[in-house]
Amino acid sequence: MRITCPYCGQRDLAEFAYGGDATQPRPDEADLDAERWAQYVFSRKNPRGWHQEYWQHLHGCRAWLQVTRNTATHEIAEVGLPHGQ
Amino acid sequence: MANRLPNAIGIDTDSPIEFSFNGRRYTGLQGDTLASALLANHQRIIGRSFKYHRPRGILSIGSEEPAALVTLGTGAQAEPNTKATTVMLRQGMAASSQNCWPSPRFDLMAINGLFAPFFVAGFYYKTFMRPASAWEPLYERVIRRAAGLGKAPDGPDPDRYGQIEASCDVLVIGGGAAGLEAARTAAATGADVMVAEERAWFGGQLALAPALVNGQAGQDWVEQTVRELEGQPNVRLLKETAAYGLYDDKVVGLIETVASDAPSGARQRSWVVRPKQVIFATGAIEQPLAFVGNDLPGVMLAGAALGYAFRFGVAPGKAVLLAGGDEQIVQTALSLKQLGVHVVGVVDSRQTPPSDGMARLADAGIPYHVGCVIGRARGWQSVAGAEIVPLEGTAARMNERQSVRCDTVAVSGGWQPSVHLQCHLGGRPGFDQTHGIFLPPELGEGFQTVGRAAGVINDGDWGPVDRLRVFPAAGGGKRFIDWQHDVTVEDVELAYREGYRSVEHLKRYTTLGMGTDQGKTSNILGLHALATVLGSSVAEAGTTTFRPPYIPITFGALTAAERDRDFRPVRRAPAEAAHRALGAEMITAGLWYRPRVYPQPGESAAHAVRREAAQVRATVGVVDVSTLGKIALVGPDAPEVVNRLYANGMKTLPPGKARYGLMLRDDGLIMDDGTVARFDTDRYLLTTTTANAALVLSHIEFLLETAWVDLQAMAISVSDHWAAFAIAGPQSRAVVQALLPEEDLSAEALPFLGVRETLFEGKDCLVMRNSYSGELAFEVYVTADHGLRLWEQILQVGQAYSITPYGTEAMATLRIEKGHIAGPELDGRVTADDVGLARMVARRKPCVGQALRHRPGLQKPNRPRLVGLLPMDSQAPLKAGSLLRPIGAQEGGDAIEGHVTSVTFSPAMDSMIALGMLTRGDARHGEIIEIWDGLANQTFTVKVVPPVFVDPQGERLHG
Ligand SMILES: [Zn+2]
Repeated sequence: MRITCPYCGQRDLAEFAYGGDATQPRPDEADLDAERWAQYVFSRKNPRGWHQEYWQHLHGCRAWLQVTRNTATHEIAEVGLPHGQ
Repeated sequence: MANRLPNAIGIDTDSPIEFSFNGRRYTGLQGDTLASALLANHQRIIGRSFKYHRPRGILSIGSEEPAALVTLGTGAQAEPNTKATTVMLRQGMAASSQNCWPSPRFDLMAINGLFAPFFVAGFYYKTFMRPASAWEPLYERVIRRAAGLGKAPDGPDPDRYGQIEASCDVLVIGGGAAGLEAARTAAATGADVMVAEERAWFGGQLALAPALVNGQAGQDWVEQTVRELEGQPNVRLLKETAAYGLYDDKVVGLIETVASDAPSGARQRSWVVRPKQVIFATGAIEQPLAFVGNDLPGVMLAGAALGYAFRFGVAPGKAVLLAGGDEQIVQTALSLKQLGVHVVGVVDSRQTPPSDGMARLADAGIPYHVGCVIGRARGWQSVAGAEIVPLEGTAARMNERQSVRCDTVAVSGGWQPSVHLQCHLGGRPGFDQTHGIFLPPELGEGFQTVGRAAGVINDGDWGPVDRLRVFPAAGGGKRFIDWQHDVTVEDVELAYREGYRSVEHLKRYTTLGMGTDQGKTSNILGLHALATVLGSSVAEAGTTTFRPPYIPITFGALTAAERDRDFRPVRRAPAEAAHRALGAEMITAGLWYRPRVYPQPGESAAHAVRREAAQVRATVGVVDVSTLGKIALVGPDAPEVVNRLYANGMKTLPPGKARYGLMLRDDGLIMDDGTVARFDTDRYLLTTTTANAALVLSHIEFLLETAWVDLQAMAISVSDHWAAFAIAGPQSRAVVQALLPEEDLSAEALPFLGVRETLFEGKDCLVMRNSYSGELAFEVYVTADHGLRLWEQILQVGQAYSITPYGTEAMATLRIEKGHIAGPELDGRVTADDVGLARMVARRKPCVGQALRHRPGLQKPNRPRLVGLLPMDSQAPLKAGSLLRPIGAQEGGDAIEGHVTSVTFSPAMDSMIALGMLTRGDARHGEIIEIWDGLANQTFTVKVVPPVFVDPQGERLHG
C-alpha cells in the first residue's frame, strides 16, 4: 500500500500508522454524555469495502490524514486532511 | 567435451566447473544447472522419497521439480530441499542427497517400502493415534526420522541477504516469449518496466526446445529481444528472480538468487514490488503420466528430456522411449532424434493419430506404438526397460505386451497453464472445456495474463481434451501421482473409499500436492485420478486453492538484515558510553539501553541495587532519565490544551512551576503520567514515561489536528533534544549548587515543583525540583550534545557528597518504597480511583476521559485498588505477577482477589516489599492475605498496608 501524503507525496505504507475509524464524530470534552462518548470510543465500523480512516504519517511529516480506503482491496481513493483543513 | 551433444545453446564447453555430489567430484560446464551437470555425469539417482525411500531422479527441468531435491552447502550454510533443476552450477558447489543413509543408491531406510501398507493415505492420522504414550519415544523420534525431507541446518545462518522495495509501472512475471513481447510493448509506451524471470536465462520454452519465431530461430529472437530491452533505461530485467507471491494491492514478492552458495556476500535478495500493472507470463507446466514404475529415475517429462538435450547438450539417456497422447510427443521424438539422441520408440495412447506424424516417425525409423500405453517401467534403481501394452482391454491383452529395452521413459500428459500466482488473492482457476486446461481467474483492472498461462499457444495446441493421463495398472504396482510425498493413484482410490470426496479433503488426507513443489506436477494428475473414481469430469472434481509462496523461500531472504542486533534500531542516550565505562549492567527500554545497576567489582547486582537505593536516601545519587519522553507544547492556546490533556487541574499552574500530570484515555482509564512544566504563558514541557513517549505524542497530535482544530498550539518531541539527570537525596541541593554556582537554589527561590531555565557551561539548561524517590531532588536538563559532559560533572562535583550513580533497579526500589505508580501498575486496566489518585482528578473539568471514567463498571466498589504488601518473612522471594488470595484458599479461580505488580527489597524497611492491586484494597489495610506464586507453587503470608512505605508525610522531599 502507498499513501499520497498531501505534504510529502506518495510514500510507502511502512511510514504510516493506522489511526482508526474516521466516521465517528468526536464529542467535545465539555460534553459529559457517556452515551455519546461510548458511541465514539467503542462503536467502530468495520466495513468490507470503502471506509474513512485516520492514518498518521508517523515516520514522515507526522500529519494526521483522513484516508478513503477499500478494506477489501487496499485501494486508496482519496487522502485529505481531517476536517478538510 | 565428453557426454555432450553438439550445438547446445546454453553451455560454454570451454568453461568447466568443478562441483561435488555426495562428496565425489564431478565436472560440469558454465551454463549448467546442477541437474544438467548431474545428468551429464550419469548421476540419475539424486535422493530418496519421503515415505517409502524409493530412489528419486530428475523429473523436470524447472521449479516444478518434485523429486530431485538436494542439500546445498554444508554446516550452518546448508540449504535443504533445493531443487537440482533450478540451481545454477557454480565453481566448488557441494550438493548432497537427502533422506538416505548411507547413500542414495544403498539406503537402509528403503525398508520402509516393505512396510508400504502402513504408509498409505492418511497414515499420519491412522498410525500416530494411540497409544498416546508412544508419541514421544516412538512416533516422534523414529517415524519422523524415517519419513521426511532434508534436515534444517542447526547453526545460525552465516549468509547475508538483502531486501529491496521497488515500484514500477508494469511488472512482467516470466521472461519467455510472451513475457518479453509484453515487456517490449509496455516499454515502447515509455512505461517503467520490470521483468522477473525465475531461470538464469530468458526465453522460456524457446530456450528449451527448437522453434521458429517469425521464421527466425527462437533463441536468436530471444537474444535480440533481450538485447533490445537491456538497452532501454526504463526496463529492468531480473534473472534468477522468482515471483513467490501476489498480495493485496498488487504487491508482488520476488526472490532473486545472487549466488546460491556464495561463501560471502549476499546470497539472495527479496524484493517487495508495488507495480501499477502486473502481467503474468508464467507459461505452462508439463504434466506427467501415471503408470506402474513411473517414479523410477529415468522417467522424465518429455519437454525436460528435450530441454536437457537442446539447451545443455545432455542426452537424457542412451535409449529413450517416449509416451504421450498428442502430436507434440511425436514432434519431441523427432527433435530428440535430430539432436542425436537414440529414440527407441513412441507410445501414443490415441487410437487414430494423424497420418502425418506417423509418416514422419516412419521416415526417421522410430517405432510408433499407436493405441498403446506404458504398462510398467522396469528397473531396480532406475529404468532398464518398459512394457508397452494395447490400451483397449489392457488386462486381457497382457500377452500382447511388448518389452522394450530403454534407460529413459520421456512422458507427457499435456501442459497446464501456470496459474498459481494468479490465484494467490483467493480466486480459483476455471476449467476450460475446449482445451482441457485450467485458466487463471479474472483479477480485474491492472492484471493481465498472457501467453501459455492465458491458454494461448502460438504454434500447436493443447492436445486432446480427453487425453489419458492415468494408465491402467496392468499387473498391479504403484502408480505415482506425487513424487515428493509418495502419493499414488491407489492412495486416491483408498481415500475415496474412506469417504474423502472433496478435492480439499483428498489433498489433506493424502498430502497430495502439499510438498515443497506445491503440486505443480501432481495436482492435475491427482484431479484426474479423483475424477476417475468419482465418475465425474475434472471440472466437477474441482480445484484446490493456491497460496504463497510459489516456490520455497529462505527465512534469511525474508528477514534480510533485520536479525540479531539489527532487528530494530537502537537509540543511545548521550551518556550511555559513560554508564558502560562505570561497569553498568544495561537493559533495553524500548529502543534505548539504560543502566540497570552499577555493580562494583566483586559485588552482586542484587547487593548493588540495595547499596545504590540506600545511598540515595543517605546522601545523594544520580540517575540518567534522558530516555523519558519529552514533548514541547507551545502556542497561545497551550494552557487550554494542557488542561484538556490531563485529568488533574492545570489551569492554575503558573509559569515557573511544574505539576504531576495524569493523562487518561478516551475510555477513562489511565494512559500515562509525567510532569507538566510551564516555562512561560504559552510554553510547556511535558514528560512521559519512556515506554509511552511515542504514543502520547501521537495522541496529542491527533487531538490537535482532528478534534481541537480551533486551538492554536503545536506539539513536538524534544526527547532527543534534552539529556536529563535526576539528582536525588539529602545532599542533592549541594551537588546542583556546585554545578550551577550562580543560581539561588534555596527552598525559597526554587521551592518544590519549581522550574527554572538557565545555562550550564553556556548551554541551555533546565532545572526542575521534583521527586520520584521521595527525597529532595532536582532534575537537570541540558542540550543533548552536552549531556555526557553534564553527567561527568555531576559525578565530579558529587564526589564530595559521596554521590552514587544509580540504575533503573534502584530507581524502582525508591519509587516502590514511596508507592509511586509506574508501568507495572499502569497496565491499561486501571483508573485514577484504582491507584488512589481520585482526589487529584477534577470532577467536572472538560478533559480527555472525563465522560467515560464515571461509567458504572469503573465505579464498582469491588475493583482492585493499589495497596502495599509487607511479607511476614522479610526475606520472602516475592515475584511480580503472583496472585493475591485469602489465607488458606485452594488454588485460584474465584478466590483470586488481585495480583502483585511490583516487588523490591527495601533497604529503608530492611524487608521485601511489594505493590499490588487488591479487591477493595484501600479498605483492607491491616488484613493478612496470601501471595500465591502458582508457577513455583509457593505461598507467602503478607500484610496489606498503605502503599507508601517510606516517609508517608512526604517531609523528606523538602530536604
Ligand atoms: Zn507527510
